[in-house]
Amino acid sequence: MTTALWGALMALTEGARYLAEHGGPNIIMVAIACVMFYLAIAKGVEPLLLLPIAFGCLLVNLPLSEMMSPEGTLRTLYNMGIANELFPLLIFVGIGSMTDFTPLLANPKLLLFGAAGQVGIFLTLLLALALGFSQSEAVSVAAIGACDGPTVIYVSNLFAERDQIPKAMVGALAVAAYSYMALVPVIQPPIMRLLTTRKEREVKMPSPKGKVSKAALIAFPIVVVVITGIIAPKGLPLMGMIMLGNFIKVSGVVPRLASAAENEIANVSTLFLGLAIGGTMAGPQFLTRETLMVFGLGFVAITTDTVGGVLLGKVWYWLSGGKVNPLVGAAGISAFPMAARIVQVEGQRWNKHNFLLMHAMAANTGGQIGSVMAAAIMLSILKGLGIL
Amino acid sequence: MDNTTFGLTLAIVGMGGTLLTLALMALLLRVLTAILPPEDSKEETK
Repeated sequence: MTTALWGALMALTEGARYLAEHGGPNIIMVAIACVMFYLAIAKGVEPLLLLPIAFGCLLVNLPLSEMMSPEGTLRTLYNMGIANELFPLLIFVGIGSMTDFTPLLANPKLLLFGAAGQVGIFLTLLLALALGFSQSEAVSVAAIGACDGPTVIYVSNLFAERDQIPKAMVGALAVAAYSYMALVPVIQPPIMRLLTTRKEREVKMPSPKGKVSKAALIAFPIVVVVITGIIAPKGLPLMGMIMLGNFIKVSGVVPRLASAAENEIANVSTLFLGLAIGGTMAGPQFLTRETLMVFGLGFVAITTDTVGGVLLGKVWYWLSGGKVNPLVGAAGISAFPMAARIVQVEGQRWNKHNFLLMHAMAANTGGQIGSVMAAAIMLSILKGLGIL
Repeated sequence: MDNTTFGLTLAIVGMGGTLLTLALMALLLRVLTAILPPEDSKEETK
């Protein structure tokens, strides 16, 4: 009887003993989860994603947690939708359904800003390789430059499932990507001011025509998918899903599906994706030198994206004889519609009569397409090189 | 493949490919909006 009682008591204190003996990394991760809770709840930093990620992180770091064991709940979610890349793709259906490409179709040349806003991907890739990351790790880290959480998770997980990068790295990359996306309003304005003159920032751009036919809006996702399929078929799941969501919406004949894509599908996928990603953040695997480097390189990626966009804006300003405001280039990243709003605010800061929003929205939706296209092209090249 | 060759190949072909594909897409979108103009602009031209 005494032995049974002692055994029962020991079982109840096993977690506390584990924490005392080996729980240092787990305690740090629980503290990190609490910081994420604070940022999401008190500061409103990407709460949709950060909240479930933080909760997953908390669950997996409690002592002797079995949430990520082979039969654990978070492992089941991970296998259901991260291991096979399903959840990021379902989120893309929602994003496509929520995005209005009318400003881009009204001014298609602004799509080029979406290319310049991807410079960070490739510069970060070179930097990561120089810092000693493996080729697969460098590509995964570079994907942060896409400024697009689902793309980062999709790309990095392709490598994680082939054991070419540690699975814990997917969690670090996702958190870094979403954190920096949330910090875009802090990161971008100083770069925009640093790289442009007052005269350039004051350039007033005329309002775009704005009108686009419904037929053109319906044809748009089909054209984009066909081009992606021909040039970069490896990225077709990414572009295909974002365009599917948009097609459902602009077709106008399936409002229930459009509503489901925007709400139920996007919300449920976001919750499950966040929890499963948080589940990969177990302290002993997460707290490494590489994780810190991932955060450093993520900052470089987002910064150089903005630099690339603004520099193209300056070239365009020069080529157009001063008719294009270079600030618009900063919106060529995928953080939508945050980057467009920043351009509008910065533009009005220097010229109160300036309304850059529609131009910036066009560049910003171009950035969304550009980020997915850059990832698609990168994956197709990697397949060609025999790495994927 | 060594890291330098890998990185430069991916950076040059990747960035170049992205830029060219988006330029092609912009061109096609311009054609698309020209052949499928808004209804009111069709009426204006009648």
